[in-house]
Amino acid sequence: MARPTGRSMLVSVPISRTLATFAVALITATAALADAPARVVSVNLCTDQLALMLAAPGQLVSVSRLAHDPGSSVMVEAAKALPTNGSRAEEVYLLQPDLVLAGTFTDPATVQMLRKLGIKVALFAPATALSDVPDRLAQMGAALGRQQAATRLTADFDAALAGLDDAQTARPRAAIYYANGYSSGGRTLAGDILRAAGFDNVADDAGLDHGGTLPLEQLVLLAPDLIVTGRDYPGQARAEDVLAHPALRALPDTAMAGQLTDQDWICGTPAVLDAVREMRALRLRLEHAG
Amino acid sequence: MRLAALLLVLVAALFAASLLSGPLPVSAWQALAALAGDDGTPLSVVMREIRLPRALLAVMIGASLGLSGAAMQGYLRNPLAEPGLIGVSGAAALGAVLALQTGLAAAFALALPLSALGMAVLAVLLILMLAGPRGASITLILAGIAISALAGALTSLVLNLSPNPFAAADIVFWMMGSLADRSFTHIWLALPFMLVGWALLAGLGRSLDALTLGEDAAQAMGVRLPRLRLALILGTAASVGAATAVAGAIGFVGLVVPHLLRPFVGGRPSALLWASALGGAAMVLAADIAVREVFPTRDLKLGVLMALVGAPLFLHLIYKTRKELP
Repeated sequence: MARPTGRSMLVSVPISRTLATFAVALITATAALADAPARVVSVNLCTDQLALMLAAPGQLVSVSRLAHDPGSSVMVEAAKALPTNGSRAEEVYLLQPDLVLAGTFTDPATVQMLRKLGIKVALFAPATALSDVPDRLAQMGAALGRQQAATRLTADFDAALAGLDDAQTARPRAAIYYANGYSSGGRTLAGDILRAAGFDNVADDAGLDHGGTLPLEQLVLLAPDLIVTGRDYPGQARAEDVLAHPALRALPDTAMAGQLTDQDWICGTPAVLDAVREMRALRLRLEHAG
Repeated sequence: MRLAALLLVLVAALFAASLLSGPLPVSAWQALAALAGDDGTPLSVVMREIRLPRALLAVMIGASLGLSGAAMQGYLRNPLAEPGLIGVSGAAALGAVLALQTGLAAAFALALPLSALGMAVLAVLLILMLAGPRGASITLILAGIAISALAGALTSLVLNLSPNPFAAADIVFWMMGSLADRSFTHIWLALPFMLVGWALLAGLGRSLDALTLGEDAAQAMGVRLPRLRLALILGTAASVGAATAVAGAIGFVGLVVPHLLRPFVGGRPSALLWASALGGAAMVLAADIAVREVFPTRDLKLGVLMALVGAPLFLHLIYKTRKELP
């Protein structure tokens, strides 16, 4: 990577084409200033869902492939109306978008290439807390020129979240456990869902605030009241074997809640409220049983 | 007999050390008390459900690999024969991966070791066919490279095509082997096949001793070669297949251990069989302690350590046997 990649790319693109691209970029930029983007393409699962919630009819023209996967997306029904893209620069460019919505973890080469081709790309950071949801809604509202719709959704979200607070006597200790022994701590979206549902997170005791590998032995010794395991993907993987380890079921005072972290937990959209509700209901059931 | 006692003491000491090594520092006394009594405390769950099966599997797998290596080397009269190097472990891993990814293992648990065993039989048959009865080094190594490469490529292909997002990362596990987070479920899956394999291979001692005098002399002494070959194929496939099905392909154990122990048994294949079984158990126990103690957070694979020890020895053996090559 000693040679700057930008130079080699310019060389490979004919000069007339480059000029044309700049011209298009200039026109697009002027148009965007005056108006909301007319053709929007999303290449990230989370921006797919935010855009589906906020975009004007016809504004969003394509969503990422994962948006059609019921295991990952909460908006499959709405997304089915739109064609999917494979999140690669080539096919996204051919859709001739005014604006591309991507995540901050989208392949930087793709983002760089699209920007070089004169397409505006808006990057959305993944949510790491429930309080990020209003921020992402506002950012998406601004990007799409749909500020009013975003304000409405944010008000609904805040009201619903406030309604989920109840007077608790004790906070049970829970762990979120995924394939490969990965656990989410308090400074992750999943951890914040757990906190909002009224649980303490044992991953924080283990020093994994941002998430990380929690050895099975350590999880067993922490002996949480509840272990929430990630969704079971189709097919088999040894990485998932740890979720079926007999040691997890040998703890007498630990309840196992299988496969709760599903599509509601992935993205910072108002759908996280469903995850909080589900976990809260589970906590109330545990309190009654105990 | 002194060698047997020494090896037994070594295995016992390493077994205890394996029970006491893990990510959490627990005093030896506490740990052993928790192991002895099932009092439902988290520590006793850790000792009984996580560390005990791991240490037991290390013994079982080490013994299987050491024994298979010694038996193959005795039969082929070639110190380079080893289940990992000649592709038997790789083929067994392919069998296990096929059973898992087709859903066969989920429908019928024994399909996992059976499928690994089946592919291992195929690989041993191929090797014996290609290398011939005397197992000349060059054909043995070349056939092993080809079978390993094919099995590895097919394993990667199957895992890459899996709908599971974690399956592709499993390639490292199947190629390098690991005992992390294995449980008694895996012991009960593997043990019956290993017992059959061990019985078949342990019974070969006298025939292998006779074979050192040459095939004609062995036949004159009453060794039935086709039966010997059948027992070797099934015994190796059953022990290596079962070991690989639950822990992935761990290479070089069957190469290093017999090589180290051969001088102590006077080169007698029959004595080398049991000595290598004990030595293999000690070696895998030691490697599994090392992956936990040296890089506790990195989930290092056993095969990496074994290759670091085994590959230089392999090169040395090739250099030594170069004289017999044309």
